[in-house]
Amino acid sequence: MNTAEWINTVEYKELNFARKSLVINPAKACQPLGAFFAAAGFEDTLPYEHGSQGCAAYFRNTLSRHFREPFPAVSDSMTEDAAVFGGRANMIEGLKNANEIYKPKMIAMCTSCMAEVIGDDLKAFISNAREAGSIPKELPVCYAHTPSFIGSHLTGYDNMLSGIIEGMSEGRYKEGERNGKINIIPGFEPHVENIREIKRYMALMNVDATVLADNTESFDSPVTGEYVMYNGKTTLDEAGDCVNATATLSMQAYSSIKTLKAMKIKYSQKTEAFNYPMGIAAFDRFLMKVSEITGNPIPASITHERGIAVDAVTDAHQYLHGKRFAIFGDPDMVMGLAGFLMEMGGEPVHIVCSNGSTKWGKEMEALLASSPYGASGKVYAGKDLWHMRSLLMTEPVDMLIGDSHGKYIARDADVPHVRIGFPIVDRVNLHRYPTIGYKGVINLITWIANSFVEDMDRRSDDAHFELLR
Amino acid sequence: MSRTVKETKAFLEELLGTYPEKTRKKREGHLAVKESCGDTSTGGESACSTCAVKSNVKSIPGVMTARGCAYAGSKGVVWGPIRDMVHLSHGPVGCGYYSWSTRRNLAQGKPGVDNFVPFQFTSDFQEQDIVYGGAQKLETICREINTLFPEAKGISIQSECPVGLIGDDIEASAKKMNDELGIDVIPVRCEGFRGVSQSLGHHIANDTIRDHVLGKGTLADPGPYDVAIIGDYNIGGDAWASRKILEELGLRVVAMWSGDGQLETMKLTHSVKLNLIHCYRSMNYIARHMEEAYGIPWLEYNFFGPTKIEASLRSIAARFDDKIIENAEKIIAKYKPAMNEVVSKYKARLDGKTVMLYVGGLRPRHVIGAYEDLGMKIIGSGYEFGHADDYKRTIPQLGVGTLVYDDVTQFELDELVKFIKPDLVGAGIKEKYVFQKMGVPFRQMHSWDYSGPYHGYDGFPIFARDMDMAINSPTWKLVKAPWDKEIR
Repeated sequence: MNTAEWINTVEYKELNFARKSLVINPAKACQPLGAFFAAAGFEDTLPYEHGSQGCAAYFRNTLSRHFREPFPAVSDSMTEDAAVFGGRANMIEGLKNANEIYKPKMIAMCTSCMAEVIGDDLKAFISNAREAGSIPKELPVCYAHTPSFIGSHLTGYDNMLSGIIEGMSEGRYKEGERNGKINIIPGFEPHVENIREIKRYMALMNVDATVLADNTESFDSPVTGEYVMYNGKTTLDEAGDCVNATATLSMQAYSSIKTLKAMKIKYSQKTEAFNYPMGIAAFDRFLMKVSEITGNPIPASITHERGIAVDAVTDAHQYLHGKRFAIFGDPDMVMGLAGFLMEMGGEPVHIVCSNGSTKWGKEMEALLASSPYGASGKVYAGKDLWHMRSLLMTEPVDMLIGDSHGKYIARDADVPHVRIGFPIVDRVNLHRYPTIGYKGVINLITWIANSFVEDMDRRSDDAHFELLR
Repeated sequence: MSRTVKETKAFLEELLGTYPEKTRKKREGHLAVKESCGDTSTGGESACSTCAVKSNVKSIPGVMTARGCAYAGSKGVVWGPIRDMVHLSHGPVGCGYYSWSTRRNLAQGKPGVDNFVPFQFTSDFQEQDIVYGGAQKLETICREINTLFPEAKGISIQSECPVGLIGDDIEASAKKMNDELGIDVIPVRCEGFRGVSQSLGHHIANDTIRDHVLGKGTLADPGPYDVAIIGDYNIGGDAWASRKILEELGLRVVAMWSGDGQLETMKLTHSVKLNLIHCYRSMNYIARHMEEAYGIPWLEYNFFGPTKIEASLRSIAARFDDKIIENAEKIIAKYKPAMNEVVSKYKARLDGKTVMLYVGGLRPRHVIGAYEDLGMKIIGSGYEFGHADDYKRTIPQLGVGTLVYDDVTQFELDELVKFIKPDLVGAGIKEKYVFQKMGVPFRQMHSWDYSGPYHGYDGFPIFARDMDMAINSPTWKLVKAPWDKEIR
């Protein structure tokens, strides 16, 4: 047997799953990418990486390729001398330049692994920079240590968000007082239109909501003939006042563990974590929770919208029912996807989450157990796309759902690949469509059902190439 | 828009004046306007001040440089495209993730069988690896690679920042695995904090290829027409377009460095008669080494656009016999009509259009001729990580009044584009959307904006079409709403 055949076998799969140290094609990035992503949601905020410059270039490239938008951010370009003496001098010079050239209202600082390994102390260095006159006393510099050898981009998102809230809310928490608002954390959200959708629903329900962090415009801004550098839509005042909200809801539990904990324990808020509520039922639950917390009813206009989505669901269920799916991506996103698929009668079979923990694995298994359509589902926490390849080749499915990196294995397995997640770098505009909410349901069905139909059309012989599908 | 030298100089002064004083002083040497200049490649008296543009020094903290790191130069540029071996990103998960298939180095072979280019192999360092070291893990990984990918001819260990900081002896692990597995296991010390840019990574990668690859094989049937392509990374198929011409010329391409490259053929490169260098910046080191150690001459060439292709074909052919010289003329004559057709089709649409470039290794100078073939004019050019020898090769090719900028900051580039208003900007992904928001046509000139090839006779029609498409796209007319009376 030649190697090309051998790598498709059960024997190879066993060898592949026996590996202990080598990681091949993981669907996860490192912390500071998520930190940059979160920072971009705040008003006039400059993301700043303390560490090697190459990392900042990589994060900017990666974000720009997915969203096809500019991503301004700086680093303080630490090199060999900083490795020996620490990066204090780089930060003192870097903050001065960043502030005077790019005039931010806030600097959101994270670290590369270089700075973490040598043990640079951000709090002390920022304070040194102020003393040295690099930046004015009043310029907020929020920070988060974001070592890339712990967690993933989701951890970095959470750490940076939490760092920004801590920094901006200093002295603003009023114990026992509530400002009547709720906070919503979208999480690391590659489909930024979802954030606009959430805001739209909150407006329909007359809920005064603060999105933490609202980076819709940073990742989807108009061409006007002028370049606008800062597009974060969460104001610094909101970032400071959010600790006084009634409640904080997170759309992605695993993007917001630390932040939610602080909201609950330190700021005595009600907190609720969702797992990327895709599908009708999951979004119903989200809206009902918002209604329960705020006391505001769900208006008839939303019920009407829901009805239209359910119409799309019933119209198209036949294209998804009984189909076998392999899905991969961030932990909450795959939970959301699995929930949606099962609701449609589809069967999630292989569920791979490179940055999923054991705890996540148990929750995912419980979700599968909640539906008869989850019976053939198996959960692979901490596995990568080379594991997924073995799964696809030995236990075939009908479709792969995940980011663009899945395209190689979808081709090998000869199945259609619907792109959801991060990064999507080989298709245009998908970040401009919601995947949650009732419109999100319609989009998901459109992409998935039509991919099946297109695939069928391509494969059909003349006799079976029918007009009606 | 054309600006006089005086106007441009005054603008640069003003621009630099917005920086903090220390930064102004550091940056001023990196920005220049071409005044008058003879051929300074010999370093003669005609050298003007422009040619002394400061380069290859540290980027200033906080200014928003586009530069990358040594890892990007080694794994991303030089080693990554070699297809028959595994390139392990050794350290945390990010570096390998961000450089996974993002440089468009096309390669033959079946992925996962005998082509390992479109992959992210990583040791995914966790906290305990930082604390206790990653040596044990590295050895396990090498064994696992050998088990799962039996056709992989070798493993390169591409060090990320933490590896050098925690003091892991990857050389010892590599040696041990090399002996145990019987494949080449090559340690590369390309930690991202080393040096000032990608450039040191190129150099480190060249040195490791010199030490671990070069001279390790024997060419069975050496011949008088054996050459190697050095410094073509096969972006969008560039190296294939170049190879085709060289083969038509009658030469035998023994090895490709490193686009669609193979460890096995790279080992034979010391047997060639001539090394042909496209990207001088990233691979001059190995060419110089082969010249010193093996007496192999090297020649820079340029396969962008018919004028440069023809000149290059003649200078390459001149290194061989009459048969090859005749072939060169035949090839030039053969492709001339097709090239003329491309020029006549697009020149009418592009004549006089101005371009600002800001790219990497060779392109800030190598693509000038291709633009000029279309009647276009370069009014600004600069390198992310060039050295003095790159600027010496570039400046004589530029017209008086052309802006030169080294390691330009995003702020400077934005302001310069607004000031000289080029018809096209050619730079990278980080710059692309900034200028498109301004309504300025743009092409990514690292990745060919997912098009290509741009090299050779195959590439020029695509290059011409793409530049026309960018500049003359009807979409730019939509930028302003018709009811918006304000005229920009």
